[in-house]
Amino acid sequence: MELTGAEIVIRALKEEGVDYVFGYPGGAILHVYDAIHAQNDIQHVLVRHEQAATHAADGYARASGKPGVVLVTSGPGVTNAVTGIATAFMDSIPMVILSGQVPTKLIGNDAFQEVDSVGITRPCVKHNFLVKDVKELATTLKKAFYIATTGRPGPVLVDLPKDITAAKTVFDYPHNIKMRSYSPTLKGHTGQIRKAVKLILKAERPIVYVGGGAILGEASKEVTELTRMLGYPVTNTLMGLGAYPATDPQFVGMLGMHGTYEANMCMHDCDVMIAIGARFDDRVTGNLEKFAPYARIVHIDIDPSSIAKNVQVEVPIVGSVANVLRAMISLIREEGSQPVKKEALARWWRQIDKWRAIDSLSYEHSDTIIKPQYVMQQLYTVTEGNAIVTSDVGQHQMWAAQYYHFDLPRRWINSGGLGTMGFGLPAAMGCKLACPDLDVACVTGEGSIQMMLQELSTMLQYNTPVKIVNLNNGYLGMVRQWQEFFYEKRYAMSYMDALPDFVKLAEAYGHVGMKIEHPGDVEASLREAFAMKDRTVFLDFITDPEENVFPMIPAGGAHNEMLLAGRDAMRSTHEEGMVLV
Amino acid sequence: MRHIISILLENESGALSRVANLFSARGYNIETLCVAPTEDPSLSRMTLVTNGTPEIIEQIVKQLNKLIEVVKLVDLTEGVHIERELMLVKIRAVGELQRAEVMRLVDIFRGRIIDVTEVTYTVEITGTSEKLDGFMDAVGRDELLEVTRTGITGIARGVKALRT
Ligand SMILES: Cc1ncc(C[n+]2csc(CCOP(=O)(O)OP(=O)(O)O)c2C)c(N)n1
Repeated sequence: MELTGAEIVIRALKEEGVDYVFGYPGGAILHVYDAIHAQNDIQHVLVRHEQAATHAADGYARASGKPGVVLVTSGPGVTNAVTGIATAFMDSIPMVILSGQVPTKLIGNDAFQEVDSVGITRPCVKHNFLVKDVKELATTLKKAFYIATTGRPGPVLVDLPKDITAAKTVFDYPHNIKMRSYSPTLKGHTGQIRKAVKLILKAERPIVYVGGGAILGEASKEVTELTRMLGYPVTNTLMGLGAYPATDPQFVGMLGMHGTYEANMCMHDCDVMIAIGARFDDRVTGNLEKFAPYARIVHIDIDPSSIAKNVQVEVPIVGSVANVLRAMISLIREEGSQPVKKEALARWWRQIDKWRAIDSLSYEHSDTIIKPQYVMQQLYTVTEGNAIVTSDVGQHQMWAAQYYHFDLPRRWINSGGLGTMGFGLPAAMGCKLACPDLDVACVTGEGSIQMMLQELSTMLQYNTPVKIVNLNNGYLGMVRQWQEFFYEKRYAMSYMDALPDFVKLAEAYGHVGMKIEHPGDVEASLREAFAMKDRTVFLDFITDPEENVFPMIPAGGAHNEMLLAGRDAMRSTHEEGMVLV
Repeated sequence: MRHIISILLENESGALSRVANLFSARGYNIETLCVAPTEDPSLSRMTLVTNGTPEIIEQIVKQLNKLIEVVKLVDLTEGVHIERELMLVKIRAVGELQRAEVMRLVDIFRGRIIDVTEVTYTVEITGTSEKLDGFMDAVGRDELLEVTRTGITGIARGVKALRT
């Protein structure tokens, strides 16, 4: 039997086990919408802006491990989606974007709602396709899902001209696909693995440095097992939080610009670094010239181009992190070997304990004004550490990362790579659809939340109860903090004036709104909100307006040049640092 | 250092722009680029001349390999190889003396005259880029009316072949 291109799209989505599609209709994609109308297996979530469709699909993917699917129309539908596609690309999130396009005959004619979607998205997708023949549609969709979900995952866009979704052909979905030009290396090189294990066991001052790749690669179990076997300290990146349990004594906290003192000092002083699914991003390494001067580095990553990109390493291992770690674990087990430098390791731990004693995440408590850190600590307590926490971008993001202790992967959902304000709310909606039984909190700021506020409407329509924790400091806080430190407090455009009444706003969208102004009310309000299982609650916490995120490595600084709260006066970064972002 | 990277890629629309995009997005140099389908019409062969430190070249090779349409590639400069470039050049040739001189140079550089008018010769010449530069210098840059060069193409010496 022949099917239309639109029907083929729906059938392919079913074959791929897709349960939700996030999208927004328009002329060029209407055939596909008509096909959606004719079935009940795949639920379409009608967002209020295409950017939200991509963030929601992204949140869904991060929480579930399955690819997120987006459906948008041509022209503005695609351009609106670009920010979300780039967000997913930077964090290697599996996503398939299906975009309508003007009919093939009109392509290149500046037709109504025509943009070169493949061209516009090329730099921010793992791959993209323009389908020019309905006979190639099924195979192209299969390839799209295959590419998006294998190797280092990423977004793949399939552009669908309107005549292609109308044309008919026999539906024959390939169950397996082999591409001569694409086959990710999954198994690590045995010789390299041996070499790595040898180096690791001889370490005197080791650190295990775990990034988002460990979560994407479903390797938390292996990361935890190997790290415990070795008894080494471990740090997670912003993207890696939850890959190793944060409440475990071997965990020294997050590293990087706003990482803990002990994590960054471990990175600086270590003699052996075991980098797992991490990419030595500039927010993590600080000044590259002063990065880990004594370290011999083992780097495990599925993407060869991540290795030796910013930092030269001694033992590169390309492969899926779970595979490689399993091979390391069995090797150590088979040989019954152990770390050999017992005394040095004990000394290293004593040193780490001294760093820990500095208590770099301590902050000044207050009985009169709500401290944002305190809200995060209470959020952690009230949800018993079990919630999925999404965040937007800014100070609140760092506080959430610092004070909510993630023991499990896929519970901390944030835009680490692109740093996209507006990500948090739609992502929370996607998470709730992926994990309806878990509490979902969206930690945000009054700046970020206003970038995707319209999604409160979608959340009512699809009944995705989320607790919005707005740390309302009246500032674009992270911008203000940089202006305080590096621009002599010239607060250019970082003040949020004429804010809406968020309580009324939440109510206008059919949700519950709460305004909390006293520290004494923080816990009770959170308890009340989380008790309302089936409602979205907007908690507007009026917080200390000029609180800063500490510790901080100023741009251009090294890991051992951290500024600590209460200890270091704000000092300007060096000139070199000022040109860095 | 200068590197010649030879790439087999799917002969699909968009593949070329993906390569070009990669170079501009990551700030790598392309000195010359030369591309055409191979004996297998589903594949194109691209030869790309670039330069950079060993670290940058390593990244270029890895990033190229990461492009979905790239099937295989080799850095020809890592081994013994042959490189050639084709140039078509229109030269002013007026008066017997100048016409004889140009012909003599074409002969020396083993080019061929492929078109003649009363006032011009059009010459085809292949060789390394240095040889083509040498020819232009010998003729005298002022006498060149039009120059078009293909960019470098190259192949490894010996039995080893770049194929799928
Ligand atoms: C789309 C976008 N625009 C601009 C920025 C730059 N930026 C980073 S943090 C920040 C301030 C965020 O303010 P808010 O959401 O109120 O959070 P706070 O820092 O106060 O916690 C800005 C403007 C960004 N990350 N994303």
